[in-house]
Amino acid sequence: MVWWLALLWALLKLIIAFLFIFLTALILIYMLRKVMGHMQYRMGPRHHGPHGIWQTVFDALKLLGKEDIIPNGIDKYVYLFAPVIAFVPSLTIFAFLPFAPKVAASNFEISLFFIFAILGFSTISLLMAGWGSNNKYSLIGGIRGAAQLISYEIPLVLSTMGVVIMAGSLNLTDIVNAQVKIWYIIPQIVGFFLFFTCGLAEINHTPFDIPEAESEIVSGFNTEYSGFRFAAFFLAEFVNLFIICALAVLLFFGGWKPFTNPIAGTICFIAKTYVLIFISMWVRSTFPRFRLDQFMDFGWKFMLPLSLVNIFVTAVVVLIVDKIR
Amino acid sequence: MADEIKNNEIEVDEISAVNEPGDFPKDYMEINFGPHHPSTHGVFRFIAKLDGEKILEVEPIVGYLHRGIEKIAENRTYVQFKPLVDRLDYTGAMNNEFGYCIAVEKLMELEVPLKAQAIRVICAELNRICAHEVFFGAMGLEVGAFTPFLFGFKDREIAMHLMEMLAGGRLTFNYFTIGGVRQDVPKGFYAETKEYLKKFKKNLAEYHELFSGNEIFIKRTKGVGVITREDAIEWSMSGPTLRGSGAVFDIRKVEPYSGYDKYDWEVPVGKNGDVYDRYLVRMNEMAQSARIIEQALESLPEGDHQAKVARVIKPPAGEIYLRVEGTKGELGFYVVSDGTDKPYRMKIRTPSFNHLNALNYVLKNNYIADFPIILGSFDTVMGSVDR
Repeated sequence: MVWWLALLWALLKLIIAFLFIFLTALILIYMLRKVMGHMQYRMGPRHHGPHGIWQTVFDALKLLGKEDIIPNGIDKYVYLFAPVIAFVPSLTIFAFLPFAPKVAASNFEISLFFIFAILGFSTISLLMAGWGSNNKYSLIGGIRGAAQLISYEIPLVLSTMGVVIMAGSLNLTDIVNAQVKIWYIIPQIVGFFLFFTCGLAEINHTPFDIPEAESEIVSGFNTEYSGFRFAAFFLAEFVNLFIICALAVLLFFGGWKPFTNPIAGTICFIAKTYVLIFISMWVRSTFPRFRLDQFMDFGWKFMLPLSLVNIFVTAVVVLIVDKIR
Repeated sequence: MADEIKNNEIEVDEISAVNEPGDFPKDYMEINFGPHHPSTHGVFRFIAKLDGEKILEVEPIVGYLHRGIEKIAENRTYVQFKPLVDRLDYTGAMNNEFGYCIAVEKLMELEVPLKAQAIRVICAELNRICAHEVFFGAMGLEVGAFTPFLFGFKDREIAMHLMEMLAGGRLTFNYFTIGGVRQDVPKGFYAETKEYLKKFKKNLAEYHELFSGNEIFIKRTKGVGVITREDAIEWSMSGPTLRGSGAVFDIRKVEPYSGYDKYDWEVPVGKNGDVYDRYLVRMNEMAQSARIIEQALESLPEGDHQAKVARVIKPPAGEIYLRVEGTKGELGFYVVSDGTDKPYRMKIRTPSFNHLNALNYVLKNNYIADFPIILGSFDTVMGSVDR
């Protein structure tokens, strides 16, 4: 391919990814409001458009149109770049998520590994926002985010290793293709629960929304942010929710299976993802929040040993099955 | 002369020793919470010294909602002052009026008709349900669950509608009068209340299912903010906060007023004195309130709803302290009359103030994640702290 054609092609992919992300975030925010609303005996947004579907669009426009307030005494570059650092990893990950056979921005050999490497970045943005804001609440929120990271990141990665052992690959497309006879949710049920729990912690979702615990530290790391900088954090949070659920579908629920057609496969994949997102919203409207020390206990003393045991058992079983064959 | 200087020096040394951080770590962080903070229940402020996530010391600062109600009382007639009483603990306005009215009635040695007494009990207990419903919702928010808040407020809405039928207001009622209540029970109140209580009992079971048994909630609240029975008494705590620590003390039982002794009900008590116990005490109290209302409705006597009282109320010279079981604890009114139509002095003893006193004692060595929960378990209302 000529170099400028390749560049154009890459640019087109980027624009599609951008559009997809914005659309996803808008839909997810609307969905969250509706799902939580109906679970709490209320209607959710009602006014703009049928069943209030334009509400989130207007909210996003309002956020983008707001004055950019920069408080005094901040660490300027750290403060200004934190939302960027929060948003870019979420965008980058879409380059490695296969939606269906041939519907992927790139087919990378170690895509799973790479996704985990990039996902960890979002915590750096919490630390940056916490440090740069010149606000004690933000600082506590940022530090909490970092403390939370070290207790969920290891079980999060280890929980997927069972799947990797069974599929024999770190390539997400290969992992999905390996789930021919059976979805990995059945042999890897422990792995799935570990992955989903740690995944919720990764995106600061409700039982683990410790870094932004509203009742304790106002709004945590994003206390001092407003306007489009806040919108970047907000968007990243919802895009990350999509990413975690999409990863769970790819690893444990057979991705686009049973379809192999790109279009039907994409629809099937997104539908499965939305079911998982619904479950996470259900969790969100049911559970209270953990305390930080309790969560670290949970991470180090329960999830980490369990994921290690899971890997060991999977490896032994795979070895035995291979020997028998 | 020399002795005096010596004494002064000693005093200075002692004071500086008190002010010094003592065994604090050197690099503690001082952080200001409030007066605008999502979980300080109104305009309450405190300065906390933190070592990481741990609270070393808190210094509560109150007074942001001070309206001088006690002083205003001296310039108002007894009837004119009554609406202001609603503004003390605005989640339990009926109970405030209850305390004020029976204090003045006792001073005047006025006999309240039986029907008025029963209606008063119904109102007070409905209001107690409302207040505890708010507590339930706020507790949910405090531990980071949003749903209980809406569940609680949905239920409270109907109870408020019932009280609106009686008084015309939803939050501040001005319904009690000295010598009775303002108007008789309207048509349909009986049936609607019955229906509400039936629904309420079902909802209460649902709350327990959703929230009280939740693993994370229990983990967050069990063993947190423990107040022993002795300490609770020493800090002169009262109401559900005291009963959560295991002391069986309810003014409705100890000094029954307005015919509370006629009804069959129990005093829920906690065991460990932690946040979870205080929470459960309040939840169980709602069920008991429903029980009282049911009995009061069944046995609503015939007769007048208002005793015959002179236009201008002039209690004889004297003084009285009378207490009722408010929604948050012991609510006392100390009224001094000099024989004119205005009180000479009015002192209001509100439970939330005493509970806030103990804040440093309870919060010390807890994590900051626990402060909203512990503060929420006291169920303070700043309107009644600052008066």
